[in-house]
Amino acid sequence: MTNEEVEIVEKTRVILEGIARKRENLIPILQRIQEEFGYLPPYVMLEVAQFLNIPDIDVYSVATFYNQFRLTPPGKHSIRVCMGTACHVKGGQITLAAWQRRLKIGPGETTPDREFDIDTVACVGCCAMAPVTVVDKKVEAKADPTRVDGILLNYQLQKEKGEKEKEKN
Amino acid sequence: MKFEEIKKQAESRWREIWNGQMPVILVGTATCGRAAGALDVLQAIKETVKKQNLHCLIYEVGCMGHCYAEPLIILRKPGFPSICYGHVTPVLAENLVTNLILNDDPSLEFVLAALEENDLIPSFSDFPRSKYEKRILLKNCGRINPEEIEHYIGNGGYNSSAKALKMKPGEIVAEVKKSKLRGLGGGGFPAGEKWDVCRRAEGEPKYLICNGDEGDPGAFMDRAILESDPHSVIEGMLIAGYAIGARHGYIYIRAEYPLAVQRVHHAIRQAEETKLLGENILGSDFSFDIKLFQGSGAFVCGEATALIASIEGKPGMPRHRPPRVAVQGLFGKPTILNNVKTLAYVPHIIENGADWFLQTGTEKSKGTAVFALAGKVVNTGLVEVPMGTTLRQLIFQVGGGITKGKRFKAVQIGGPSGGCLPESALDLPIDFDSLQESGAMMGSGGMVVLDEDDCMVEVARYFLDFTQKESCGKCTLCRLGTKQMLDILEDITKGRGKMEDIETLQELAEDIKTGSLCGLGRTAPNPVLTTLRYFRDEYEVHIKEGRCPALMCQTLIAYYILPEKCARGCDACVGTCTVEAISTDKKRRIKIIDQEKCVKCNTCLVACPPQYDAVIKVSPPTRIPRPNYVSLPSPIDGEVGDGGEKEGKEGGIV
Repeated sequence: MTNEEVEIVEKTRVILEGIARKRENLIPILQRIQEEFGYLPPYVMLEVAQFLNIPDIDVYSVATFYNQFRLTPPGKHSIRVCMGTACHVKGGQITLAAWQRRLKIGPGETTPDREFDIDTVACVGCCAMAPVTVVDKKVEAKADPTRVDGILLNYQLQKEKGEKEKEKN
Repeated sequence: MKFEEIKKQAESRWREIWNGQMPVILVGTATCGRAAGALDVLQAIKETVKKQNLHCLIYEVGCMGHCYAEPLIILRKPGFPSICYGHVTPVLAENLVTNLILNDDPSLEFVLAALEENDLIPSFSDFPRSKYEKRILLKNCGRINPEEIEHYIGNGGYNSSAKALKMKPGEIVAEVKKSKLRGLGGGGFPAGEKWDVCRRAEGEPKYLICNGDEGDPGAFMDRAILESDPHSVIEGMLIAGYAIGARHGYIYIRAEYPLAVQRVHHAIRQAEETKLLGENILGSDFSFDIKLFQGSGAFVCGEATALIASIEGKPGMPRHRPPRVAVQGLFGKPTILNNVKTLAYVPHIIENGADWFLQTGTEKSKGTAVFALAGKVVNTGLVEVPMGTTLRQLIFQVGGGITKGKRFKAVQIGGPSGGCLPESALDLPIDFDSLQESGAMMGSGGMVVLDEDDCMVEVARYFLDFTQKESCGKCTLCRLGTKQMLDILEDITKGRGKMEDIETLQELAEDIKTGSLCGLGRTAPNPVLTTLRYFRDEYEVHIKEGRCPALMCQTLIAYYILPEKCARGCDACVGTCTVEAISTDKKRRIKIIDQEKCVKCNTCLVACPPQYDAVIKVSPPTRIPRPNYVSLPSPIDGEVGDGGEKEGKEGGIV
């Protein structure tokens, strides 16, 4: 195991402390872990199986059944494109295509520099603001291809600003 | 402290807030509002108040229902009616607050409406929708702070819990039975009867689950209620739990609703602190607690047995019934599972009696229904109307008709389990039974309005794509049948369909309906069946002519700039094109779209100034005249069409 992995396992053990070893806690545990690390590393899933004293495959089956869980590391910024009905009729597909075109990755993937990841969500319930994209937990209303470019430009500017400040220091 | 005292205190506090001398500022910060920038507005207001040293009260409220005008704020000042402003920006908010509170100027030009009738400003009751609206479940939404239990109690909240705990459980069940309250999650099963079964069932402890796994894309009623008035749901659970003899309750909320999760979590804690949850509630010998369970993104978990499996820590796969959940549910114990709205109705029924409830609605469906209006309708948002209101009233009176003056085509109701109803069905009264007959279903209340620019084949494909991905995989016909149907629909939307496909679709649909265990599979073919029933001609045009009449199916359309309409000097389309596919023809100085580069993102069509309106869509793509067909292999027939596709104007291709 690499140092990073050892660290993650140790953090996992801290999270597991104080949680009852009951099967019904499996989903809340996985949610907690994903919140912490952004995804479910395979060796952590093994750890959870051992903790709850259930077969490894049971943890894997829950982790792969539910859309919320991801098995690969996320990017720094998460892009969640809403694919609800209202967004669909107002061009949700077009918005998704715009993100894919700009970031050159598909849904469920992360950019090689680990800056962004894209995923689709069924519906975030902001149908009146369609089409929407949730960028880093912030709901962006009426996110058409032009807005997509605007959001990305904003991130780029922020990044450049941050780098300049770093240079200064 | 006794509940009577808590109540007295809360009521006097509320009077102070609502009728006191201090100005009050309400900011709608439900998810819709936040998406439109409500948090920035709230921040700006707080800063203004601090900077100007104003004495006033600011608090956050939930959804006011007028989502089309978000962000919304309400300003109250003694001497003025409560004024609601829409489309508020941080700068505007600063001005509105200063003008009214410091200078007594209500900034009439930005007013949406007043809350109460008055002589100064038109009120919401002057809106055509107020004639149809009847707010019972949404009574508190947008008015009270969802994070303050005192606001809820001050408005009569938890009053009926106190009343219920003095009744016998059997009396409560009888009252709910008498009211004919039906499950508002879409199924429409009589709630009282279910409760009765569970109350009599053997096994301890019993469980009560509130189903907030609102998975229908296009629906946000439950989210709005959980975010705007969480205590109404908790109170409903408390009464229902007492009636069936449950010890533990769960609220299952989907992961996509973080704000609802946060607010409900907070509300549960407050109810516990006020001793409205926990041991010996309000001095009775009834003890009840509520746990919040977060879903993890699986549509099928809206189904009762799948939801229960999910709480038990298993993949959410439905199981055979019987045994019924009311007899053998969570952890094998008797369990009642009700939708958010059903439970939120319970306190009202206990408070006002079954007879009061029976006054509203149609013969078989009583009370009101909450709808989320979305899609191509002017006033998107949340409305509550009595059962029996017609679709036409809801879309044209309440919703204000179709956006951009377009023609109504269909309304999609009931999400992936429902169907698309055409104009001819608009006079149907909305209740559980009449919608079922038309091939759709009421579902939980999501309503997406479609106009002439929406392709019905594409809409059917979209829903099939959704159910196919969300199928849990247990039943073969649902797992593989939906995939087959989806493949066929994809072929049709790409112009590769065959006439016999329509028959295959119908056969598959029937097979999936009969061969699936749960509601997901049994209703999955509905969108296809209803579109085939009401819009068969669109399927045929796709198959026979390779043309999409609504100009929506991407493979079957192309964008084209009409040379005679192009302003030539203007570069709007060139500048906005996201893939640099538009260039200027040096000789003729017109803009030309490189069809090979074009990704059909619609940006140029939006960008082209309305006075020129030169960008149009054509279908099939081969209708673009040859000289402008830049870098595309020679068109098959080079047909020059009339191009009158872009609605509302008489455009034509050269």
